[in-house]
This record gives sequence, C-alpha cells and structure tokens, in this order.
Amino acid sequence: MAFYGVELASRLLLGTARYPSPKILADAIQASGAEVVTVSLRRESGPERSGQSFWALVRSMGVRVLPNTAGCHTVKEAVTTAHMARELFDTPWIKLEVIRDDETLQPDVFGLVEAARILGEDGFEVFPYTTEDLSVADRLVEAGCRVLMPWGAPIGSARGLNNVYGLKALRAHFPDIPLVVDAGLGVPSHAAAAMELGYDAVLLNTAVAEAGDPVAMAKAFAIAIEAGRMAFKAQPMEPRDMAVPSTPTIGRAALGD
Amino acid sequence: MRIYVNGDQREIQVGTLAGALETLGYGGRKIATAVNGRFVAAAARPTTTLSEGDKIEVVAPMQGG
Repeated sequence: MAFYGVELASRLLLGTARYPSPKILADAIQASGAEVVTVSLRRESGPERSGQSFWALVRSMGVRVLPNTAGCHTVKEAVTTAHMARELFDTPWIKLEVIRDDETLQPDVFGLVEAARILGEDGFEVFPYTTEDLSVADRLVEAGCRVLMPWGAPIGSARGLNNVYGLKALRAHFPDIPLVVDAGLGVPSHAAAAMELGYDAVLLNTAVAEAGDPVAMAKAFAIAIEAGRMAFKAQPMEPRDMAVPSTPTIGRAALGD
Repeated sequence: MRIYVNGDQREIQVGTLAGALETLGYGGRKIATAVNGRFVAAAARPTTTLSEGDKIEVVAPMQGG
C-alpha cells in the first residue's frame, strides 16, 4: 500500500489525542504497529511547552506524521493551517478537514473540495476527510487528491460503518485510489469490516485512546485490520437468503419410518 | 506597540515578527506563525514588520486525530 508514493506495511493510521498519558500514547503507537500517526497544531502561549515535549515524544517513535486541519471551519483557515503544518512538520502531507456542523463534525464538502484544489496546486499531498458521497469523491480526485478518507461515522462516535452500501460503492468506483475509513470506529470488528470491504487502511484515535486499556486495544485493532485485509484478499462468499446445508446430503442414511 | 498574540493583548517595542517572538520567549521553540490570518514562514519572520493591532498566531505541535 502506498500513499503518494510512500510504501507502508501497516494499514492502521493512529491518532495521538486523548490518551491518559504520554507513556500510554507511546506504548499504544508501538503496540499498534502504525507507521503513520496524526498530529495537529494548537496555540502555544507563555512558558508552557506542552507542544515541544509532545513533538519530542513523536519524533522518538520514528513514525511518519500526518498533520490535520482539525477545527477549521473555512477554506482560509484550513489553507493557512496546512501551510503552518507543512513548515512545522516538514511534510507535504495534510489531513484536510473543513468542518461545517459542530454536532456531527460533518465535513463541509464544498469547502473541502475548494481547499483541496488550492493546496494541491501548491504542492500539498492532500488526505481529505470526506463523506462517502461519490460526486464529492470525484471532485476531490479531480482536485488532485490521490487518497480519499471517507468517514465511517461521526468522529468519536464509535458507531462503526454507518453506510456500508455507500462505502462499498465508493470502493467500486475508485479501484485505484487508496481509500481509508477515517473516524467513527469503536471496536476492532468495525475496522475488520472496513478492511473486508476492500478498504486500504483505517484511521482511528478515540476508540484506542478512550479504551480502558489503550495499549491492548491498539494491538486488538492491528490484528483485526490484518484479519480483515486477509479476508478481503481471500474473497468472501456472497450472503444469501436461504439456508444451504454445509454437510453433504448425498449418502445420508435413511432412518425414518 | 500593542499587538495580540494568540488572542492576548501584549505590549512590545520591537518592530519585526522575529523580534517579537524572541521577546515573548518563543526563541528556539518549534513553532509556526501567522499574522492577521496569513501564514508567515520562518524565513520571512525577520523581514515581517508588525503594526499596531496586528493579530499574531503562534502554534506548536499538538496531539490530534
């Protein structure tokens, strides 16, 4: 699997927020096997240096970072944030979020497409956080995106895949674009389900960070993602409405009256 | 000169962004900056002149999903 030419072995991208402690974050990253972690930018004021120590920790992990534009509500905010992230993290990668609705954190897909085009023309490699809408996905690809990241469910909701039909259609329409289910997963079976649909990877944060044991949960997700991918490649059978006996009926002993 | 840094009002004497950041204790830190909503690259900070009322944003790496 490759994102913008970068080959990756792990199909789990892990967020770095909401962990009980920096130590647990570090252990969870390690347990997950993730090679890419998401990071963000926030104001740093006064004598506090929380951002500096966080950065030192991420660097010590030897993972690639995918900065986000979380919290941006306008194209201008998202583009400016992307520029700051590119300089700060020294990467052209940007997880582009332009949010419209604060209740659902649903992407503003119109702003998303516009920001993706602006950033793409400026040399960014955009990972758009989007919905499963096919037309929007098409516009994002037109704008230069070579990865698409549809939501499974609203961020932090732990609901799993809300629209399996839509996600399947997206996979079918874009067989050659890496697709990542980003957000809304709660348990490893959700991640396995995404991988069984043929998705290339999943991005998650809260499901690991807010588990009772984030390190164990990181490992559980890693195993589920691997199992789901293996199952997809093994070509699952199609569901059907009627029962079909798995045990052969020919040669059955006649024991009735 | 009165400016705003991350929303807080500050009084500074120096006229460039680089000077202001040094005065405010950001020297040597891993940060990125914007002035009045526009990104200012690190290389441009010494030549970016501040004006009364400018709004400066100073951001650092932070946890994110």
